[in-house]
Amino acid sequence: MLHMILFLAFAVLSVAGAVNLLIQRHPISSALSLVVVMGSLAVEYLLLGAEFVAAVQVIVYAGAIMVLFVFVIMLLNAGEEERTHGSRVAWLLGIPGVLALTVIICWALVEHSMAGVAAIGALPGPPADIAELLFHEFLLPFEVTSILVLIAIMGAVVLAARPESVEQTKKES
Amino acid sequence: MVPLSYYLILSAILFACGVTGFLIKRNIITIFMSIELMLNGVNLSFVAFAVRWHNLSGQVFVFFVMVVAAAEAAVGLAIIIAVFRTRETLNIDQVNLLKL
Repeated sequence: MLHMILFLAFAVLSVAGAVNLLIQRHPISSALSLVVVMGSLAVEYLLLGAEFVAAVQVIVYAGAIMVLFVFVIMLLNAGEEERTHGSRVAWLLGIPGVLALTVIICWALVEHSMAGVAAIGALPGPPADIAELLFHEFLLPFEVTSILVLIAIMGAVVLAARPESVEQTKKES
Repeated sequence: MVPLSYYLILSAILFACGVTGFLIKRNIITIFMSIELMLNGVNLSFVAFAVRWHNLSGQVFVFFVMVVAAAEAAVGLAIIIAVFRTRETLNIDQVNLLKL
């Protein structure tokens, strides 16, 4: 019962945050409602017993990535969104298509679900077990992601560098 | 006790909100945030299925998705800064040329 109440409260909160992200016209307001979505999703992970994922969600998503977003919004001095029409195909086909797909998925899950029920903290395994899995079975993907992150750092520095400063370093070298 | 299908429905709704935002928003940063919202919805379904099959691999995959999302955010925001520097706009309707 308590699980159901907590689940519903934070599910409503996260969906409200997602809808608010769509309604708000100022990027900062959208970013803050995205923080609400991520925080309430972290609570949902805790309810399922995934403490590691909940902690990483708060640290990486609600912390690092959102700080990056807010920082870029402030750096570019982004104001309110301009009202332009955009693509008519997106409105005529995209929105009804997304709605239909969501309704079909929800109907299928409600009618034919074999997923069972989850008790509070149902997921087995403390973070130590996840580390065991990550550094044995998934060692190669883990190392590949470290290369990916390294390339992403270099790419971000190259892309965001001012064109003049790049030419200056070329001349100096 | 909560049926796991409720978690999957929540993740489907969040994903749909992300796709809708991707389609209707015109600000390039907000579109990028919609992509992050979609990734969050997918992560929730990963964890829900990890509970269903009593398997920890789902959580490891969530970890990888987060790493890729962080890398994507860093590179994507750098691209947004580069676009803003050359076009001086964040409206994607005005960003329609590959090269100025």
